[in-house]
Amino acid sequence: MSARAGVDTVGHGGVQRSEIRGPIDCDVHPTITSTRVLAPYLSDFWRDSLVERGIDSLDSISYPSDAPITARPDWRNHTDEVEQLCTQVLDRWDSQGAILNCLYGVQLVFNEDMAVAFARAVNDWIAREWLDRDSRLRASIVVPLQNVEHAVDEIERCASDRRFVQILVLASGEMPLGRRNFWPVYAAAQRHGLPIGIHAGSAYRHPVTSIGWPSYYVEDYASQSQAFQSQVASLICEGVFAKFSELKVVLLESGVTWLPGFLWRLSKFWRGLRPEVPWVDRSPLEIVRDHVRLTIQPLDAPDDPDTVRRIIDHMRSDDMLLYASDYPHWQFDGDRNMPPGIPTDLVRKIQVDNPLATYQRLNEDAP
Amino acid sequence: MNVAAKPSLDHVMPQSTEAGPVDCDIHTRVRSIEDLKPYLSAHWWHYLKTYGMRARHGFAKAPPFPKAAPNAARRDAWPPDGGFPATNLEFLRTQHLDAYGISFGIMNPLVATGQGDQNDDLSAALATATNDWQLDTFVTPEPRLRASVVVPYEDGAASAAEIRRRAGDHRYAHVLMMSRTAEPAGKRRYWPIYEAAAEAGLPIGIHVFGYSGWAGSSSGWPSFYIEEMTDHAVSCQSLVTSLVMEGVFERYPNLKVVLIESGFAWMPALGWRLDRVWARMRDEVPHVRQPPSAYLKKHFWISTQPMEEPERPEHLLDVVDWMGADRLMFASDYPHWDFDDPRFALPASLGPERRQAILSGNARALYRLG
Repeated sequence: MSARAGVDTVGHGGVQRSEIRGPIDCDVHPTITSTRVLAPYLSDFWRDSLVERGIDSLDSISYPSDAPITARPDWRNHTDEVEQLCTQVLDRWDSQGAILNCLYGVQLVFNEDMAVAFARAVNDWIAREWLDRDSRLRASIVVPLQNVEHAVDEIERCASDRRFVQILVLASGEMPLGRRNFWPVYAAAQRHGLPIGIHAGSAYRHPVTSIGWPSYYVEDYASQSQAFQSQVASLICEGVFAKFSELKVVLLESGVTWLPGFLWRLSKFWRGLRPEVPWVDRSPLEIVRDHVRLTIQPLDAPDDPDTVRRIIDHMRSDDMLLYASDYPHWQFDGDRNMPPGIPTDLVRKIQVDNPLATYQRLNEDAP
Repeated sequence: MNVAAKPSLDHVMPQSTEAGPVDCDIHTRVRSIEDLKPYLSAHWWHYLKTYGMRARHGFAKAPPFPKAAPNAARRDAWPPDGGFPATNLEFLRTQHLDAYGISFGIMNPLVATGQGDQNDDLSAALATATNDWQLDTFVTPEPRLRASVVVPYEDGAASAAEIRRRAGDHRYAHVLMMSRTAEPAGKRRYWPIYEAAAEAGLPIGIHVFGYSGWAGSSSGWPSFYIEEMTDHAVSCQSLVTSLVMEGVFERYPNLKVVLIESGFAWMPALGWRLDRVWARMRDEVPHVRQPPSAYLKKHFWISTQPMEEPERPEHLLDVVDWMGADRLMFASDYPHWDFDDPRFALPASLGPERRQAILSGNARALYRLG
């Protein structure tokens, strides 16, 4: 997938190279339709348990399967999802690569042994049934944060496969992500050059809002951008970026337009309250520009290009946005895969340069 | 508490009540719980002395996150009588109302009001007591001050009764709730509050804080006060979402909501996001008839403090453009440490007309201040 070397276009380890340097799609989602799909990748004990205990589904309510946001109408029906992604998304927009973020509900599982078993199965399934089929594909390591040691073990197990380019966690879990409990995960991430990808979604250990459970799914989805605000505050205030100076965090499907206003508030409070968090030795605005990246779908902006240009100006950085289609989620119609109003010289940065700068492993040739 | 800094009166503002700022957030408070004793029954006084207030967090005598300063107050706001900040009317006048030429000040009491207590009946008794106490202690001797109708918001019926008890009394500016309710603010259990407020023509003021009984974020409890303060803007986004998506404004089309101390820079972005998800999934919420941003522009006002400060001040003007300068109302948060000074808080680049609207005109119109 190296932009320097061009790109394979005919499958894993293929030899034909072109000089196409199309966009890198930083957020696409493979679908697991049933736990049966994972059976070949589970131990005997858990494979038996699927049957003995009737464990059929780990689907999360974060994306109800028939909700409009969950899949674009023309991406709903397929006989082969890998083929659909490769032809209707990657070929369609000449993408040189895509990063698979699997949202199967492994993070929701209460039993930590079960969680690690299914996380391993998901990662092995992705490697065999997706990454092996098209050399443009890369993936995030699904980790069971229910137990930090298990999470680190899973990172160590998968990291030697260079096609895993990121560590994937959800926007809402049991504890704020900055808490020191999680730092071994960030140490492993930095050691292997893997960004932490935080994706919309919840383990539902807490209501999706800090004022309790809302009535409607549309509120659950809308609240995701709020979860990211709390997590960014946590990561900064606990000192994660002071401790792990090389760490990158990517906010996936977080929405974007909330970021400037949020940082103005946090940075103002930091000026008044920094004695409480003395390790935060520079403005959160600067920390975020150095360490945090966001995918562009959804942007959460109006269609008016002038407003989008003003919002981009508020970010005060050309380095933070990463291209994503969010396949198969329904964020846009037709070929409008870039929001209108993004300045032309920024488009290439968002589509190619920023992903390559964020994901070290994308600069390596396909294995 | 020693007063380290003397109140500075060097920059006195014009004292015309016509031009003077309206301060939408002043935190007068009781000197001690004894101040409420005359307004409480023997039962509730006994209850308070025996069991105390029990917020939906574990600390008996302290907030969950230690504040930046004692009582979250400016170091210079402790009155010479040794009492708590904003308990001494004479000192409040000298240091704040007169010093800045404040024409009206809206009091949002936060201490010993019983809001969000685990015991709804105690909440109701303390709310009624607080509402009487505000008049006797502050509004009667100082008519520039206006009271809040403090309501025991977890009990909708009791709250509605308290609002109806105060309806028509113009010494009350609005109904006061805290932002972190036990359920999202749009849920039906709170509708009696909105119904009574709309009927009385009183806006609902929602001040940040309160303890919902849920963790401070959707991912659990943060560690620090700075996170708690930042997360208030986050929970206010959830409460605005709830009020819109539950159809509260379709049911009560005259309802007006004032968000206090939540910041406002998040409001345009929230409107854009809600419009998008509503357009995609409006079949789930058919009772929401307009794009969510239309409700935001019609039903919500936001107080300015703590004023967001972008690196480039012109970016704040974009936000004001997007939400409308008529939505913003100045607040100082006196006597708290993160006080905004009416002389300096609003960027000069807003221009005199918008500055004046935010400093006083918008609040005068909303609260029908003379």
